Amino acid sequence: MKREIPLFVCVVSALAMIIAYYSPKLDWMDDMLQKWFLIIAVFAFILGAISIILVNGNRISKQVPGWGYNVVLLIGLFVTLGLGIFGGIDPKTPFFYIFTYIFTPLSATMFSLLAFFIASAAFRAFKAKTWEATLLLIAAFIVMLGRVPLGELMWSWLPVLKHYSLNNLVENWIMGCFNTAGQRAILLGASVGLISISLKILLGIERPYMGGE
Amino acid sequence: MGIGYIIGIWLAGFLTIAIFTFLYKDNPVYKFAEHLYVGVSAGYIMAIDYNNILKPNLFGNIAIAYDSTVNKGVFDLAAWSYLFAGVLGVMLILRVIPKVSWVSRWPLAFMVGLGAGLNIPVTMDATILAQLNSTLCSVWLPNDPGTMVFNILLLIGVCTGLIYFYFSIEHKGIFIGGASRVGIAVLMISFGAAFGYTVMARISLLVGRFLFFRDEWWPTLDIIMKSIGIS
Amino acid sequence: MLEKLANLDRRIIFLFVGLAVLIPIIFPLGLPNAVSQPVQNIYDFVETIPEGSLVFISFDYGPSTKIECEPMALAVTKQLFRRNIKVVGWALWPEGASMARNVFDVTGKEYNKKYGVDYINLGYKAGGSITIKEIGEDIRSTFPQDVDNISIDKYSVMDGVKNYKNFKLGVSVSAGVPGLREYIVVANSIFGVPIAGGCTAVSAPEMYPYLNSKQMVGLMGGLKGAAEYETLMNYVGDASKGMDAQSIAHLLIVLFVIMSNIIFFMQKKK
Repeated sequence: MKREIPLFVCVVSALAMIIAYYSPKLDWMDDMLQKWFLIIAVFAFILGAISIILVNGNRISKQVPGWGYNVVLLIGLFVTLGLGIFGGIDPKTPFFYIFTYIFTPLSATMFSLLAFFIASAAFRAFKAKTWEATLLLIAAFIVMLGRVPLGELMWSWLPVLKHYSLNNLVENWIMGCFNTAGQRAILLGASVGLISISLKILLGIERPYMGGE
Repeated sequence: MGIGYIIGIWLAGFLTIAIFTFLYKDNPVYKFAEHLYVGVSAGYIMAIDYNNILKPNLFGNIAIAYDSTVNKGVFDLAAWSYLFAGVLGVMLILRVIPKVSWVSRWPLAFMVGLGAGLNIPVTMDATILAQLNSTLCSVWLPNDPGTMVFNILLLIGVCTGLIYFYFSIEHKGIFIGGASRVGIAVLMISFGAAFGYTVMARISLLVGRFLFFRDEWWPTLDIIMKSIGIS
Repeated sequence: MLEKLANLDRRIIFLFVGLAVLIPIIFPLGLPNAVSQPVQNIYDFVETIPEGSLVFISFDYGPSTKIECEPMALAVTKQLFRRNIKVVGWALWPEGASMARNVFDVTGKEYNKKYGVDYINLGYKAGGSITIKEIGEDIRSTFPQDVDNISIDKYSVMDGVKNYKNFKLGVSVSAGVPGLREYIVVANSIFGVPIAGGCTAVSAPEMYPYLNSKQMVGLMGGLKGAAEYETLMNYVGDASKGMDAQSIAHLLIVLFVIMSNIIFFMQKKK
């Protein structure tokens, strides 16, 4: 019951998807399963939110240092959730106001901090210690300057090179040729890995849904 | 521009500055904004999930099933089956209760199985075969030498890159060792390009926040100044 | 001295980065943007779509990457509306449903388009690749209602729409997974719908293999891609406004790296 049924469910659902993929007339097999997936996927998000509530509730009840911030977190969560469920989500609602003036700036600014950290990291770690690192550095320089208008302007000042398009060099050769080759090699390797892990799941060798058991 | 808009813009401005204070050092104002962000985003996702998925796809279909069974006397199996999906969803949530957490394996197994079942054929067709086809099938183009050189370089790059990732044999000798070194070179150019693009992405995000201050916050300041008689 | 420079306080670096972005935003340089072929390809493809056809846009991004993705979505939607092409929008990211509202609000007003007749926002659905496949089999069961929970049967734009066969083009504006790649491998490979895309600069390099294999029509990569599309559409939007700051910041980072390498080699010599 605890081990066999999950394995059975996993194998049957995987086989249904594969069979339906190669036999379009059997679309009905995966159609219903896909509709269910959409519903269950939502509950995965809800599970995540419940986990946040439990962890923060626990910290508040134990009054660990900084528990006031956990109160802020839970207030933010319940107010947004309550307004979204009972007041609707259209642009005239308080929910959308929170989305526009609280969620959007917080989210955008949080990620914008990375601009500062990437500059600091580049200063500290980006050293031409080996020929491989030098190659990486040169490619990064050309792309960084080649993808902005100022780089194109600076290129036009160079005596001989100005007759060749920097945009063409970056787009066609670095991105279109060498980057494509490198990314394709990674993609092919990762795809073989993905198929192999999927086959292991299908055959019951790999059981990630058992939670380590 | 209403008062609600101006308050909203100033609130957004305050929260933006609150996050930026972290650049100096960690502080209570940043921590407040950080926790608020996590809370609001979790609340937002749950509310959208309820309104955009649970309401139309789950409750809506169960209502249709109920209506056809009770009012029309027709048992709509397809619509009722959504109830089963809902039960599986609830079983997933039971993961937080240790005594019955094992029941969450059923919906998890279902999701993993469906994902694996789609991945096998789709990855084979749309990624492996399509990418190999594109790499191998356009090499010989005698009428277009420029493209041919480009495609041969691409082919060499992909093959040497794959040789570099092939760890079952030692990367020694002229063929494997040399190819592996060429592969590293191709990968390094690729990583360099990726780094350049990553810098572009991160700077863009900062540009976005400064554009907010210039194009949205600054005009509201102008309005406030004028309304209190300072121009 | 060298030691001091090598261990420069990161806050000084932060200050320089902040100024490099802020100054060009206050005093724009107005540098022109050259258009690259992958962006031109999307524009040209849209120009070939007959009037009255349907195109879908998947808003797979959130506020964190709004500055990169929204200008792309705005520019493509403007071109579609200018050509009287009907647009069906949906999202695979929860925030995408609200992002789509912003885009349709601006472009709908500008081109005098009517909700439900010329465009519709179907809201968000979870499930990634599986949901993309389900849309290809039965869009009406995936999206029985629009973003505001009104039945899609009430809107004329959805008349007779069953699956991807009804769309001349699909556009995914994406900031990660699920997004553009999933549309290429599922919607394009299984159902054959042409896919064009915009993505954040971080994920753009990963998309080039698909561009080379012609599994996608074209690609807008990051703020630069968005600025190029704005150039093609002949207007100055947020992406074009940001490119000057982008230029100076890139130059600064290049100078930082050169400086750190000079210090490194000088220390090594000593």
